[in-house]
Amino acid sequence: MPDGIHTLDRRGFLKVGAAVGGGLALTVALPPSLRPALAAAEASGYAPNAFIRIDRQGLVTLVIPSAEMGQGIYTAEAMLLAEELEVGLDQVRLEHSPPDDALYANPLIGAQLTGGSTSIRGFWTPLRQAGAVARTLLVAAAAKQWGVDPSTLKAQLGKVTDGKRSLGYGELADAAAALPAPDPKSVALKDPKDFTIIGKPAKRLDTPGKVNGTAEFGIDTKLPGMKVAAIAISPVLGGKPKTVDEAAAMAVKGVRQVVRTDEAVAVVADHLGAAKKGLEAAAVQWDDGPNAHVSSADIVHALEEESKTPGVIARNDGDPGKTLSGAAQRLDAIYQVPFLAHATMEPMNCTVHVQKDSCEIWVGTQVPTMAQAVAAQVAGLPKEKVQVHNHLLGGGFGRRLEVDGIARAVAVAKQVDGPVKVVYSREEDIQHDMYRPYYYDRFSAGLDAEGRPVAWTHRIAGSSIMARYFPAGFKDGVDADAVEAAAEPPYAFENIRVEYVRVEPQGVPTSWWRGVGPTHNVFVVESFIDELAAAAKQDPVEYRKALLGHNPRALGVLTLAAEKAGWGQPLPKGRGRGVSVQFAFGSYVSQVAEVEVAADGSVKVHRIVCAVDCGLTVNPDTIEAQAQGGALFGLTAVLHGAITFQNGRVEQANFDTYLPMRIDEAPVIETHIVKSSEAPGGIGETATAAVSAAVTNAVFAATGKRIRTLPIDTDLLKSSS
Amino acid sequence: MAVTLKINGTPHEVDVDGDIPLLWVLRDILGMTGTKFGCGQALCGACTVHVDGQPVRSCQTPVDSVGDSAVTTIEAIGQTPQGATLQKAWLELEVVQCGYCQSGQIMSAAALLRDTPKPTDDDIDAAMSGNVCRCGTYQRIRAAIHKAAA
Repeated sequence: MPDGIHTLDRRGFLKVGAAVGGGLALTVALPPSLRPALAAAEASGYAPNAFIRIDRQGLVTLVIPSAEMGQGIYTAEAMLLAEELEVGLDQVRLEHSPPDDALYANPLIGAQLTGGSTSIRGFWTPLRQAGAVARTLLVAAAAKQWGVDPSTLKAQLGKVTDGKRSLGYGELADAAAALPAPDPKSVALKDPKDFTIIGKPAKRLDTPGKVNGTAEFGIDTKLPGMKVAAIAISPVLGGKPKTVDEAAAMAVKGVRQVVRTDEAVAVVADHLGAAKKGLEAAAVQWDDGPNAHVSSADIVHALEEESKTPGVIARNDGDPGKTLSGAAQRLDAIYQVPFLAHATMEPMNCTVHVQKDSCEIWVGTQVPTMAQAVAAQVAGLPKEKVQVHNHLLGGGFGRRLEVDGIARAVAVAKQVDGPVKVVYSREEDIQHDMYRPYYYDRFSAGLDAEGRPVAWTHRIAGSSIMARYFPAGFKDGVDADAVEAAAEPPYAFENIRVEYVRVEPQGVPTSWWRGVGPTHNVFVVESFIDELAAAAKQDPVEYRKALLGHNPRALGVLTLAAEKAGWGQPLPKGRGRGVSVQFAFGSYVSQVAEVEVAADGSVKVHRIVCAVDCGLTVNPDTIEAQAQGGALFGLTAVLHGAITFQNGRVEQANFDTYLPMRIDEAPVIETHIVKSSEAPGGIGETATAAVSAAVTNAVFAATGKRIRTLPIDTDLLKSSS
Repeated sequence: MAVTLKINGTPHEVDVDGDIPLLWVLRDILGMTGTKFGCGQALCGACTVHVDGQPVRSCQTPVDSVGDSAVTTIEAIGQTPQGATLQKAWLELEVVQCGYCQSGQIMSAAALLRDTPKPTDDDIDAAMSGNVCRCGTYQRIRAAIHKAAA
């Protein structure tokens, strides 16, 4: 298992296992005060647990514990419930889960948090158990009514039948609710060979409303009397508004109020057009504060200097110091990856209504309970007084694991009479993100006379997200995320040392970004192993295979990707193929990228072949979609992504300076899924992590030039001719 | 100033400054939130609507420039042959991930198909490269446009 979120998760699992188990047990009452709608349903139907409600008409409502941000989890988790509940996907309606760690925590994480590609891994068993308990009781209720043995009955498509007669779940709801509940762990789950829903491509349940404009994202919240607000946040972290021309702002038609907080100015208006115009008229001047001189050059210099001395040991096997000095050939390399913004298509926003003794928020969040807690803190209310209405997320990518935007919105709303929707401009969204850390990596390796690696040392320098976000994941000076997929690369290295140097960049908040630790580490590890193969004058695929004999699933995806990509077949001049292989998020992925480098140094990625072994699959169509989308998200960063600082300010602002990939740049991505009966692995972030090295290794194959700093600097790839 | 906008066949009178972008009239005044805000600078296409059949970025379209023109949004594009076919293809090929950009994608694609019923890949690149999707659904968008055109 890799380190990182799941290491922490396993620990968290022990802590919350009882609570989650209890939540599934029928004996635990749902707190009706939090959910009036649910309380009403309970009175007139059957709510065997926090995930399932069945009313007397047979309407099945599934409450989905994870957040839907495009990864298809609403459908996949509904499939887990429906498989055991024995209902069709066309018979269910879905609801966002309200904030409640006791009921909806991901068992792998110990909190109601959607991230780290953990949803299916965490809920694979609990949701099937939840469905099975409900189905068992519905069958028992029918058996009791007919006076027969439950084993003679069958549940299917929302009905219980004995072959001749049948009773709908709605007709059985009240009787089932009155029966004593079995322990979820005691209920037999289906053998995977009997699955009728899991493992088959299913149409997503959240998509119809997304093609006709009716789907509601947080930014689409509409409330009676609601105002909207544009916000300007200090361009330098820690700065404050100095002067605000309130009169000019108020003179704009439709503007109602100008609000100042410690770090921001918001203009509240009838519509965002007026709010933006008013904010511009307010001509806010800033006191930049202590971070006014922050620059990327200084941050990188600090990383360079601090990474010269040994860090905290994350792994040490054998004696790499000795074998390095005795090696036939030595390689050293420095790799760097930049700060990155998330740039979700839906800009940060949050609608808030603060009243004397209550606070309600409408938002799309990956962390409903953290949203509730921060709103309570800023509003000065107990948590119980804060209601959170979650929404579909217009992209997450880790951005909505943070609640900074919610805190800012509540700080504004506290000063506004009535509900107010605070919406970041795209510029505010990019310039007030919490960024993927800048990492600075130092590698050394020694090869023996046959080119085999006899020493591998890797020192990672960068900020620790774990220390701030999950302190338990920052243990003895090692950030489990920062070294994930580096401390345990897939290869058999007898002498390996991996170190971590924590370097916090002044004035730059850092956070999770799709692919988390592996997005950085798979790039550097898979690049450096490619350097070793080149130094050994060996084929990159064959070189890796020789080091994967102990790791059949990694070897399997590598072999499959190479075969499907036509590895070894000739390519036109200027083109090259590159490969990567990884184990991360509980899944094995290998990619082969085919790129073309033009004389002006521009890189065109033509094709990416992706082989995935994520164990048992839930919705194969979603796996393919995530392999495509995940790869493009990573590829965007490889080709274009960098956030830089000067005078404490982010230098990029909108999609003309922080470039997204567009359709004319997007390669064809072929996905091949390995059939497997292993436990399900994560998928949403795997392809993002895998793509960088596959592409830069392909650039090396095409040009002989090694990319060690992202994004790719095309100036370095210009042909001399 | 009071202007009357013809949106999806229905006149709506709104009282806003003439330089206010159409996007905010749609979303915040008329409550038609299917049209999305993405960048405010006509760089991402999330706010694409049709004005007299032409795709425009509503975040950069002042209301006083619309005049008597007919505005069509995602809420009504399904009533056009291209819109209906595209929505169907979008669902059949499961294009959508987060979905936030897809209103704009479908609006741009509908304009493409009306003018170019059998688009090539290059036609698609030209018509669709103004629409950003951060989830990376481009491959399926391309396939769905071809499917709708078939």
